Amino acid sequence: MHKSAQWLRFFIFVVGGAGSLAAEKVEFARDVKPIFASRCEGCHGEKAQLGGLRLDAKQAAAKVIEPGNAEKSLLFARVMGRGDQARMPMGGKPLTADELNTLKLWLDQGAEWPEGVGTAGAALEKKKHWAFIAPVRPALPAVKQAAWVRTPIDAFILARLERESLVPSPEAVKTTLLRRVSLDLTGLPPTPEEMRAFLADKSPKAYEKQVDRLLASPHYGERWARVWLDGARYADSDGFEKDKAREAWFYRDWVINALNRDLPYDRFVIEQLAGDLLPHATQDQVVATGFLRNSMINEEGGADPEQFRMEAMFDRMEAVGKGILGVTIQCAQCHNHKFDPLKQEEYYRMFAFLNDSHEARTAVYTPAEQMKRAEIFRGTTEGEDDLRHRYPDWRQRMTAWEKEVAAPQPKWETLKVDVDDTAAGGEKFSVKPDGSLLGEGFIASQQKLKLTSKTSLARVTAFRLELMTDADLPLTGPGRGPDGMAALSEFKVTVGDGKQELKFARATADFGMEPTPLNKRYSNASIKTERQLGPVAFAIDGKTETAWGIDMGPGLRNQPHSAVFTLETPLENASGAPFTMVLEQLHSAQADSPYNTNLGRFRLSVTGEENAVADSVPPAVRAILTVPAAQRTPSQERAEFRYWRTTVPEWVPMNQQIADLWKTHPEGSSQLVLQALEKPRETHLLSRGSFLTPANVVQPGVPAFLNPLPADAPPNRLTFARWMVDRQAPTTARSLVNRLWQSYFGTGLVSTAENFGTQAETPSHPELLDWLAVEFMDGGWSMKKLHRTISMSAAYRQSSRVTPELLNKDPENRLLARGPRFRVDAESVRDIALAASGLLNAKVGGASVYPPAPAFLFLPPTSYSPKSWPESQGEDRYRRALYTFRYRSIPYPVLQAFDAPNGDVSCVRRDRSNTPLQALATLNETMFLETARALAVNTLQHGGTRDEDRIRYAFERCVSRPPVARETEVLLKLLQGQAARFTSGEANALELTGQLPAGLVPAQAAAWTAVARVLLNLDETITKE
Amino acid sequence: MNCQDNQYRGMHPKQVSRRWFFEQCGVGLGSIALSQLMAGSANASEAVDPLAPRQPHFAPKSKRVIFLFMAGAPSHLELFDRKPELVKFDGSLPPAELLKGYRAAFINPNSKLMGSKYAFKKYGANGTELSELLPHLGEVIDDVSVIKSMVTDAFNHAPGQLLMNTGTMQFGRPSMGAWALYGLGSETRDLPSFVVFSSGTKGPSGGSSCWGSGFLPTVYQGVQFRSGGDPVLYLSNPPGVDKTMQRASLDAIRELDEAHLATEGDPEIATRINSFEMAFRMQGVAPEIMDISKEPKETLEMYGAEPGKGSFANNCLLARRLVERGVRFVQLYHEAWDQHSNLTKDLKKNCENTDRAAAALIKDLKRSGLLEDTLVIWGGEFGRTPMVQGGSDGRDHHPNAFTMWMAGGGVKRGFVMGETDDLGFNVVKDKVHVHDLHATILHLLGFDHTRLTHKFQGRNFRLTDVHGEVVKSLLA
Repeated sequence: MHKSAQWLRFFIFVVGGAGSLAAEKVEFARDVKPIFASRCEGCHGEKAQLGGLRLDAKQAAAKVIEPGNAEKSLLFARVMGRGDQARMPMGGKPLTADELNTLKLWLDQGAEWPEGVGTAGAALEKKKHWAFIAPVRPALPAVKQAAWVRTPIDAFILARLERESLVPSPEAVKTTLLRRVSLDLTGLPPTPEEMRAFLADKSPKAYEKQVDRLLASPHYGERWARVWLDGARYADSDGFEKDKAREAWFYRDWVINALNRDLPYDRFVIEQLAGDLLPHATQDQVVATGFLRNSMINEEGGADPEQFRMEAMFDRMEAVGKGILGVTIQCAQCHNHKFDPLKQEEYYRMFAFLNDSHEARTAVYTPAEQMKRAEIFRGTTEGEDDLRHRYPDWRQRMTAWEKEVAAPQPKWETLKVDVDDTAAGGEKFSVKPDGSLLGEGFIASQQKLKLTSKTSLARVTAFRLELMTDADLPLTGPGRGPDGMAALSEFKVTVGDGKQELKFARATADFGMEPTPLNKRYSNASIKTERQLGPVAFAIDGKTETAWGIDMGPGLRNQPHSAVFTLETPLENASGAPFTMVLEQLHSAQADSPYNTNLGRFRLSVTGEENAVADSVPPAVRAILTVPAAQRTPSQERAEFRYWRTTVPEWVPMNQQIADLWKTHPEGSSQLVLQALEKPRETHLLSRGSFLTPANVVQPGVPAFLNPLPADAPPNRLTFARWMVDRQAPTTARSLVNRLWQSYFGTGLVSTAENFGTQAETPSHPELLDWLAVEFMDGGWSMKKLHRTISMSAAYRQSSRVTPELLNKDPENRLLARGPRFRVDAESVRDIALAASGLLNAKVGGASVYPPAPAFLFLPPTSYSPKSWPESQGEDRYRRALYTFRYRSIPYPVLQAFDAPNGDVSCVRRDRSNTPLQALATLNETMFLETARALAVNTLQHGGTRDEDRIRYAFERCVSRPPVARETEVLLKLLQGQAARFTSGEANALELTGQLPAGLVPAQAAAWTAVARVLLNLDETITKE
Repeated sequence: MNCQDNQYRGMHPKQVSRRWFFEQCGVGLGSIALSQLMAGSANASEAVDPLAPRQPHFAPKSKRVIFLFMAGAPSHLELFDRKPELVKFDGSLPPAELLKGYRAAFINPNSKLMGSKYAFKKYGANGTELSELLPHLGEVIDDVSVIKSMVTDAFNHAPGQLLMNTGTMQFGRPSMGAWALYGLGSETRDLPSFVVFSSGTKGPSGGSSCWGSGFLPTVYQGVQFRSGGDPVLYLSNPPGVDKTMQRASLDAIRELDEAHLATEGDPEIATRINSFEMAFRMQGVAPEIMDISKEPKETLEMYGAEPGKGSFANNCLLARRLVERGVRFVQLYHEAWDQHSNLTKDLKKNCENTDRAAAALIKDLKRSGLLEDTLVIWGGEFGRTPMVQGGSDGRDHHPNAFTMWMAGGGVKRGFVMGETDDLGFNVVKDKVHVHDLHATILHLLGFDHTRLTHKFQGRNFRLTDVHGEVVKSLLA
């Protein structure tokens, strides 16, 4: 029914009844207020003020009411569904004709609203939402059972318990306690030795000593890094369709190390948001900005790069909102926040702070590699100093050389080109002010890029291709390969509608590789011939298997180059006639592999001069030579010398010595980082959040409801970061302490860790939250101190045993009359099995690893395209789960089964499910089987000789306590039953045990594997109790 | 899949407590009581299990869904939407006003128009026009509603597939199947209730997020099945573990967990025991369901299924077997339809690989009566351009118009809705946005799409966000 029918009724009512109605006055309280109350105030009332409107109060409603004129009242227009906005009530049934009529009459009659009806004006002066006021240290509450209180935390907890007439649980037994705190602080169970030491320590500080030991363990950083990485949406791949592998583990290790050295949280945040802007930023500080760069990258064919840069920007905002501010800001991407006082413009003002960077990918080196590099630099400088020392006339000679190479270069006309979209295959090119093209988005595996152009020259003798570096390319390029390299398989030019191919006499370049076989990583199953990289002549040799290669080796390779292709016969009458250049790029691995050699940024030009050849001086050096000698900086002079010395014939031995040194340069790794643009982008408010509809320009700024920006600070990302961790920032510290609390107790003091806004639930212990936040900030933002405070509390140390009374009164354990008990996070599920079995490799940090996984997952049709999963053998097989390679589109199944997020979006609160798929994983998955086998062997070798002793040994390794008699009995029964079956040959022992160490009896080992498997599958084993 | 809001955490312990402590623990934890819990009796399971069956807002027309997701985006112009004018203007440029503000993924939009590569025929009692490539669909077309007026917002695959599956182009939202489970719970104790298959030349562009649970509890996410090998990951016992040992091991685990439950009292332990028992049952049931070799020869032939092979046909047959056993939502991804080139050849091949089986699924469900309350949906993430890509045999991505079809519970039979313009470029009648499709699917499942919500980040989210109108004309 419909609008028309309603209208009809409305019309009849109004027109037909006009005479009688004229006298009838609509009374607000009797006629209108009930309509507001039943139809409007759900969203526009006391509880919620969507769009900032409330209709329960005269004063507040005035803005949509035009007394005496319904037609001019916004209220009426919206309930009628006029204009391009949705009809009110949005999402609900339309008002009836009677209701509409009543409203119209009321408005037309002057919209009288007697005082005292509805909410009073004074009540509208809403108190600022608690979370948006900076926390102050609350006084400790008085409690009756003061002896229970160990830390201030306990006073807050106990006060609430006493109010509820509840008493705390007794302290957990020592075995439970050490296992709990070990799992919380390191994600690993205590070793049997650690447990023995703790049990033997009768001093009053025994527990405290354990807490300090655990906080000093390198595994502390691993455990808590994982919590942070969820919010940082860390993954090892790009996401979206291609989901290519990326290198981001330097960032992951940065987090681990930062936590281990207890980098204060304010610094921790500043470095992740703006480490690159710190004075003399270290590699580590730049790596930290990987936080923002953990966004996904879409290289799907045909994708608009700007659209997905914006998606990444929104994702960064979301990570900042959820992960650091604890405020949901996403809504304001499209419109003013409906519940919180965040305006859309304010969202884009914050956005403007982040909209200042290149999407850079930089080379990074481990400490060992950095030392090697320092050695190379030192050796190079020493060698060069030696040359200068031995040849004091070097400066004159260099100046003479400069004159030699100063011969005028040919004049080149930069070509404006049209890209053939089909040949580009979905790659997009942006045109830079200097006329160069930058390839973005999709990367074709086999590309014959067609560029059409015209020249104003009457005669063309040669074409020049410049390969240029760019901060948006991997390692600055000039190519799009993972190491910034490119290769040109063939360069062709056709005229006359593509029919006539021009012949080249020769090709020259400032550099070309010696002929080298293409690295195997670039192999492509569909290409059988052996492919080579080599000198620039390879680009005009007519062979698709050879290409011009520009790789000068690690540490040297990311430089601009230029090649000149000289025509056999000059092209005459060239002016205005279209010609087509084809840049064949055929030296990549199969489609969608990260291993490509496509051009990144490049520029094409032509000349009509005779004998044009490539400048033998590399572009970077040529640029220095254009600076008058007197104005060159020392570093420019050194760079010039560095190149020039390689041209001096009698210096070959020293040059060779230095070149050999550079051959030892480490390959290093890469890391996605931020690198500030020289000038930040202009940021617009985007209507409805769409980059296609930019509205007004906005300046960097912060929301009015949060703390103000520091006065006089430059409006940059560093200021934004500092603002976030200002002592007056109301949500930052609260959000962090809440997230940590949530990890300990299962639920945060605010149950919605991602949202402290007005829609968030009231904290269970508001004063405690504020006390922790203030304590945290005043304690120098030390996370270790905070952990210590929590883990030392009596509240934390309670037994987690559940009594019927407690379960009934407080099923979620929000009041904490008992200790926390819940299944550990996905990573710990796996780490516990590894640790219990003895297989765990405790190495900290390094590239991600590939534990066993079913191969089909990484192949179509499960994966979009084939993905690399070189199953780790040896020690990398048993690394902590934190190091497992994380493909976003193909999450590692065991971790996924236990609710690990896949990094698509920022996550500050994991689900904790309990499903049959989890049971299948721990019962049957390869790695879990291997841990069961190893635990069995370990038990037989080290667990004593009696079965009871062995059971105790294995049991303790899994749950950190000795079994009770009943438990031993159950396990003995299983052991004996299975041993009989294996001995009789009813079941195949070796099949279960795999290869056994010498001296073990297969049937026995198999029966123990069965026992170990049971132990590893106990609820208690994967539970923090 | 992802980052969760564990909504039932707040609810179940209390309910468990009522049963657990006051009824059972008071007299000691009896194994009889426990076995009742294990048996999944209605009261017991309801409290512990977020997948317990639930009533929707009103009586549903469909209780389960099979979504044949034709990933890559099939060409509506060759398959469903006959456009004589497009044939007529083949080789000429499209009208300039049509392209105003239009963005294409790969091509310059100002490319020549290209008529359908295939002829159309009339099928069924109503003479519904379909491509000559879809003769099998033609046989069941009188049971199907064809929607020729679909529109979407995305024109890249991953965002398009996410929009079709989760109602938004952004990652992190629950998929349709997850919403269905969230609303309806599960009718099977032995199998995952949201099952996903993949066939074709590639995996779906949107990856596992297409069937993720977003911010809903992870138990609602889709579980990938395979038609070859272990149907569910880790379903088979490891080498050397036979059924006897698996049972003995599970008995030992249960005894130890029960003993621990008796001392610790945490109902979560009972849930764990239940999970292990369900896993064991799944180990028995799933391989049997996945074994199609005992299907009658006639059925295998009808689908074109071949036991032991991974194919769309096998997956269709498996979908039927799964919904028979109470699986709520089955999604078959067949990623093969991205015909930027080789349109003529590959479209024919794709139809050969899918047409027979999709039609067989309708026939099979119909003859067993399941089609009465099973919804079958066929379609991709967007359509394809009336303009040519790359010479003469390809089409680019096109969000403005495409075709899907639906059949089964609550959907009109032998119905064609919507119209595009003469070039198949824009919808001109009865536009159905993806959000409207979602509203309609939820409606058929018994939900008012505006009321199936979940609170996250301070607001109520729904599959249709703030959009969506039920397409009433599709309803039977």
